[in-house]
Formats: sequence, structure tokens, C-alpha cells
Amino acid sequence: MPEEQKSGVIDVSELDPNFKHEIAKEPGGEKIKACFACGTCSASCPVREIDETYNPRKIIRMAILGMRDRVLKSDFIWLCSTCYTCEERCPQSVCVTEVINAIKNIAAKEGYIHPAFKTQAELVGKSGRLYEMEEFDNKRREKMGLPSLQTSFDEVRTLAESVGLNDLIEEKEKKE
Amino acid sequence: MKYALFLGCTIPVRAQNYELSARAVAKELGIEFEDLVDFGCCAYPVRSASERAAIVFAARNLAVAEEKGLEICTLCSACTATLTEVNEHLKADENARKEVNEHLKKVGREYRGTARVRHLARILYEDVGTDTIKSKRKIDLSSLILAPHYGCHYLKPSKVYGHFDSPENPRTLSELIAATGANVAPNIPNSCCGGAILGVNADITLAMAKTKLDSALSSKVDAVVSICPFCSVIFEDNQKKVEAKFEKEYGVPVLFYPQVLGLALGIDEKELGFRMNKVKPKELLAKVSTEAA
Repeated sequence: MPEEQKSGVIDVSELDPNFKHEIAKEPGGEKIKACFACGTCSASCPVREIDETYNPRKIIRMAILGMRDRVLKSDFIWLCSTCYTCEERCPQSVCVTEVINAIKNIAAKEGYIHPAFKTQAELVGKSGRLYEMEEFDNKRREKMGLPSLQTSFDEVRTLAESVGLNDLIEEKEKKE
Repeated sequence: MKYALFLGCTIPVRAQNYELSARAVAKELGIEFEDLVDFGCCAYPVRSASERAAIVFAARNLAVAEEKGLEICTLCSACTATLTEVNEHLKADENARKEVNEHLKKVGREYRGTARVRHLARILYEDVGTDTIKSKRKIDLSSLILAPHYGCHYLKPSKVYGHFDSPENPRTLSELIAATGANVAPNIPNSCCGGAILGVNADITLAMAKTKLDSALSSKVDAVVSICPFCSVIFEDNQKKVEAKFEKEYGVPVLFYPQVLGLALGIDEKELGFRMNKVKPKELLAKVSTEAA
């Protein structure tokens, strides 16, 4: 079937019925199966209000159907601004923000992490901070009467290694 | 009232006006801050890549505060939510706690679940109280109209905050602003600044910021009051970009709440870091000094 005719058609053989269980095993993903697709999340979403390519109900629906590949390779899962409005209003206590985050975590493991989040994770894993703190910054702070801060965190580097964050980012590089 | 001050990543590098004013008002109100050098990133920026890693990083920070027996006072709302969520998760789940401590053992730390985390605004509201603020007020701010911007993570997820304020109709920041004597404009609606996706799709973030700035403009406010460096980066640092993109002038100052509180308490403007504000609050400061004189 030509690509343009495929849109909207779900090929059952491409579905992975295990995907929702996989999400439920991730921290925060536990409640996905309680979703009854009411759409309160999408109606409440401040991102969707601006750009309809982000649609939390659709993402969860696709995930429950088992459209694993299409969800994990999509651009739209990275558009959640983590405001928790959906989560507060969900009548089924699905913890939508956390479910979307669990999906992002699986996408990252599969090598599809968005470059912006890859960079953030790398910076924090290596320097212990999102913005590196150098002696120059500390001198500036000193002039303002503010205390100096630690510039390098060996502890965080050890933990990043221990928890497999480094592997996750390096593996991603292989797949790119 | 002694707390471990948790600065996070953005404040010490990009929002020192928040830090300066927070320290100044704390001193004035009898709040003592201890700086713990081992505090790093809260772990929020790691969550999209790996919640498991984020839990371990956040637990390390919590363990640092536990060792000193201090409650954590945060200034950034994203830090507040990340540290609180992880703390509540680990307190409730023994297996998760064991797993985390296996990692922390390698750096000589242990998470026990004894530290509490609260945002400075919540501490001002709950421990200092609006009556004390009113009684210590020295400068009249009644000529000002200020709009509270609550943001997201100060209030949500509300399940980890013991529902201390309503996520739908919050009032704590509004009451804190009222306590300074300034007039409180309606809350900036639909509170998310969009900061978390600035690196993914800046167009969406700028459009989200526009709706908030539009609201500030139509309420004719002297400033928007923020309690999160993320929100301020979006509304203030990016305001010129919003203006260019939508061909509309805003010029809306965005102040951190401690800057407003500091003015009311009579703290010298210079100590409150106003010169670091990107949208200069000149008119607002002129109004205040006229009142004072």
C-alpha cells in the first residue's frame, strides 16, 4: 500500500500488545491501563492549545493499542511541558504527565531521545549541573556577596555510571 | 527558622537577583539559610531521559540535607517538585529505597527519608505568615498592581504537596503579594510558561508566553510576580523574542516575589538585584520611591 494511503490505517500485525505493560513497569507509568480515553488531558493541555500535534489522549490511546514503534519514534512525545494540569484533572488518576515521561524514558532506551534532553542529561551526568559552574562564575558571585559553589561533582559522575545514565546516552550515539 | 538553601542550576548563574533578594528578605524576617556545598542539580533535567537516574540524583541531594538534619528551602519550582516527588515516592516504597541506597552507598551516602522540602513562598506563607509580613512593612506599595504567576511545579502535582494550596484556584502567592500592600491583579491564567520545551520547539514556548504577557498587558499591571527562575527566563529573557515574533510591544517587568517583599520591608533596592532584571522596572521603582518620600 502506498505510504499516503497507509495513514490512518492500523496494521494489526505491527502492533505490540505488550507495550502498555512495558510502560506500566517504568517508574510513573504504572496507571496507564486505567485510561478510558475521556480526553480531559487533551482538553486541559496548554501545549495542545497552541499546537495540536501534541495530544496526550492520542499518545496514550496509541500506546494502549500497542503502536510501539510509531509512538517511540514520534516527535510529539517530547512536547509535554510537564505542567501536570492533565494529571490533576484526570478522572481515572492515570498520572498522565508521568505516563508520558515513562514513554520518553523507553524511547530514550531505544535510542530515540530528543537531542535537547540528551544534552541536558549529559550535562547533569558529567558536571552535576545543567549550567557548568566555573571559577569565573564563583568570582562573579563573590563580588555580589554570594557564596562560592562546588564546580565539579565526582559523586554525581559515579552515580551516573552506577545507574546506567552514561550507557543510555552512549547507546543512543551508536544508533544515530 | 533554619533551612538548607537549595539553589539548583539556573538561579546561581542566571537569576542572582532572585538569590540576592531571597537572602535579603530571609535575614530581615529571621530566616536562617545554611548553604550546603554538596547540593547539585535537583535532577529535573534528567527525568525525560531516565526517571530511574533522576530518582538517584534527587535522593543524593535529599541525603545531603538529612545529614545536616535540615529542611530544604527551594527557590525554583521545578526543583521543589522533583525533590518532593522523589522524597514522597521513596518514603512510600521500601524496595525503591533499597535500590536507591545501593547506588548511594558507592558515594558514601544514605537516603533515610527524614528531610522535608518546601518552596520559599510556602515557607513565607506557612512559617512566617502574612500577618508578620504586614507588621514589618515599612514602605507603602499601594500604588502598584501586580499579577501573580504561580507557574506549575509550586502547586503540582498536588498529591505530593499535601494540597496546601489549590492547583486550580491558588491563593498563597496572591495573599503574599497583598501582604506587601500592593494591589493584586487576577492570576496569570493557564499557568505553564512552556520553559520545559523551549529546546524542543521554541515557537510553542513563545506562543505560550504570549498568552501570559497578553493577560498582564490587559490587566495593566506594573509587573508580573514570579517564584520560579524558569518562568522568569521565559517571560523576561525571552520577552524581546515574543515581541519580535508577534510584532507587539509588551515591556512588562517580571519580578521575583522576594524583590517585591524586599521593597515593602524597606530593604535597599541595590540589595534586591533590580539592575539584573532584563525588562527594567524603572517606572515601578519610581512609583515606589515617590510613595516612600
